[in-house]
Amino acid sequence: MDTESQYSGYSYKSGHSRSSRKHRDRRDRHRSKSRDGSRGDKSVTIQAPGEPLLDNESTRGDERDDNWGETTTVVTGTSEHSISHDDLTRIAKDMEDSVPLDCSRHLGVAAGATLALLSFLTPLAFLLLPPLLWREELEPCGTACEGLFISVAFKLLILLLGSWALFFRRPKASLPRVFVLRALLMVLVFLLVVSYWLFYGVRILDARERSYQGVVQFAVSLVDALLFVHYLAVVLLELRQLQPQFTLKVVRSTDGASRFYNVGHLRYGRRMAQGKDLSGRRMGFSIAGPALRRVGSLRVAVWILEKYYHDFPVYNPALLNLPKSVLAKKVSGFKVYSLGEENSTNNSTGQSRAVIAAAARRRDNSHNEYYYEEAEHERRVRKRRARLVVAVEEAFTHIKRLQEEEQKNPREVMDPREAAQAIFASMARAMQKYLRTTKQQPYHTMESILQHLEFCITHDMTPKAFLERYLAAGPTIQYHKERWLAKQWTLVSEEPVTNGLKDGIVFLLKRQDFSLVVSTKKVPFFKLSEEFVDPKSHKFVMRLQSETSV
Amino acid sequence: MSYIPGQQVTAIVQRVEIHKLCRGEILILGFSIGGGIDQHHSQNPFSEDTTDKGIYVTRVSEGGPAEISGLQIGDKIMQLNCWDMTMVTHDQARKRLTKRSEEVVRLLVTAVSAEGCAAVHQSPGE
Repeated sequence: MDTESQYSGYSYKSGHSRSSRKHRDRRDRHRSKSRDGSRGDKSVTIQAPGEPLLDNESTRGDERDDNWGETTTVVTGTSEHSISHDDLTRIAKDMEDSVPLDCSRHLGVAAGATLALLSFLTPLAFLLLPPLLWREELEPCGTACEGLFISVAFKLLILLLGSWALFFRRPKASLPRVFVLRALLMVLVFLLVVSYWLFYGVRILDARERSYQGVVQFAVSLVDALLFVHYLAVVLLELRQLQPQFTLKVVRSTDGASRFYNVGHLRYGRRMAQGKDLSGRRMGFSIAGPALRRVGSLRVAVWILEKYYHDFPVYNPALLNLPKSVLAKKVSGFKVYSLGEENSTNNSTGQSRAVIAAAARRRDNSHNEYYYEEAEHERRVRKRRARLVVAVEEAFTHIKRLQEEEQKNPREVMDPREAAQAIFASMARAMQKYLRTTKQQPYHTMESILQHLEFCITHDMTPKAFLERYLAAGPTIQYHKERWLAKQWTLVSEEPVTNGLKDGIVFLLKRQDFSLVVSTKKVPFFKLSEEFVDPKSHKFVMRLQSETSV
Repeated sequence: MSYIPGQQVTAIVQRVEIHKLCRGEILILGFSIGGGIDQHHSQNPFSEDTTDKGIYVTRVSEGGPAEISGLQIGDKIMQLNCWDMTMVTHDQARKRLTKRSEEVVRLLVTAVSAEGCAAVHQSPGE
């Protein structure tokens, strides 16, 4: 027999909008009254699928869903309710400061692109200029020379593909303003090409070199050098960062879910506004999910967010607070009287301190209630879970896959969707109760459950496989798109974020409801020594008492 | 031979008198002891009852004074020159046995074999 309690009514207090909260309060009070009246079975009408089966709660949940998927881009540094004048000026300043940044960044990209194009066309130019300029004096190209043509062609193709793979991979993350390694590589390529051109200009063009094979070999050597530079780029830009150097601990601020990740040498942020930061040392700038407009390569932040979406269990605001029955007892019953005190300035602090001290001295039994409440909740969850498992198991026994050779009346044959609808009715109530107890019902609408059921039936999954989605809170990416598609994350750090990762750096990745606190720690340096154990050295004796001879 | 704390122990004992042999500077008796209340009682292979923490003779050297006097391996030493040896540490037992001032040691030992043949005369408790 169910012992319904006031429990589930408290879960929505951490609400998002006032109107829905009012609705919820009214409904909760109404529901509690009805519950006290009729213990035992709550009346849940099982209607034909197609009409909302889950009661008002889920529609309220939908209303809350709208608040979940924030489509408004909230500007950084401001609270979500008000924008002060200071913030406005700061925003304006940020925007105008970042405009020259755009130009310089595009300049960098353009410079890199022209350099790459130049270096790509240089070998072709080396090959084509002698026949164009002094064809008559040129020695004919022998077979070895023509073989070199093929090698030049293929090497250039490989270079083209490699450069495309390496440098043009992530269009959404734009290059940072000054990135030491890339600048170094560009300088190197520039020097290489210039020196080759100088040599070519002096020794070949001016001297009108006769031997075409020599020219071709010279061009081949340039292509080889470019390929080696590409190899260097791969090592510097990619491989160096793979070696784990730092351990990041990512903790979600609301419920403490934490994970550890290993990263290499990455740069974790980029300053957006140069010059002054108006709010002291605390610099904040925003990433707007899929539309990275002005922001630089926040590599580690983006990487952490990617990991967050498939590692962390989904954020459930309903599970945050202690039940009200536990916290209510904490209200102190003390009244403070002031005798003969005229000045009221330090009265309040004195009073509150006295109240706190008295409350601390009084024997506090709220932990008791919390413990029993937890145990009761645990028991309830387990009972409902058992019911759910049994209901689902029984439901799955009602259908089976039609074998090819069996002949059945066409009216009896169903497609997966109909089969799912047919067996859903028997498990619907148990499912709904279980979801409500574990406060998961905002995440699963009836339609989504039906779809999942249809999916499981199609792929011959067992009831247990069907249930794994509901019995444990999965990662955010599993749920509906509106929930996990990030609209706005904010990176907040107290240190200038242009530096690379260092030991002891702490920064925050913020959303409206919660934030991820990331702290870095250097991976310790392991000193490993080797010891060889001879297998014959394993010898044992009986452990007798000490024996003394007298 | 079981030992119940707080109750008197009844045992069949045998008197053994060993004269120490003078070998150079030291006086030797020619046997080895094991046991003691500071040792781990279950590691004594000579005690039939694993809770027995007495001093046992673990080895008797051939031709030594102990063998001549009739001490056998597995004997439990109950008294030594009228000092009790059932509740002593291993080190105390060793010290008492190797006292330089004494040339003769008189032991009261008990052995399983002795107990077996005189089982008829054993009085249960007192």
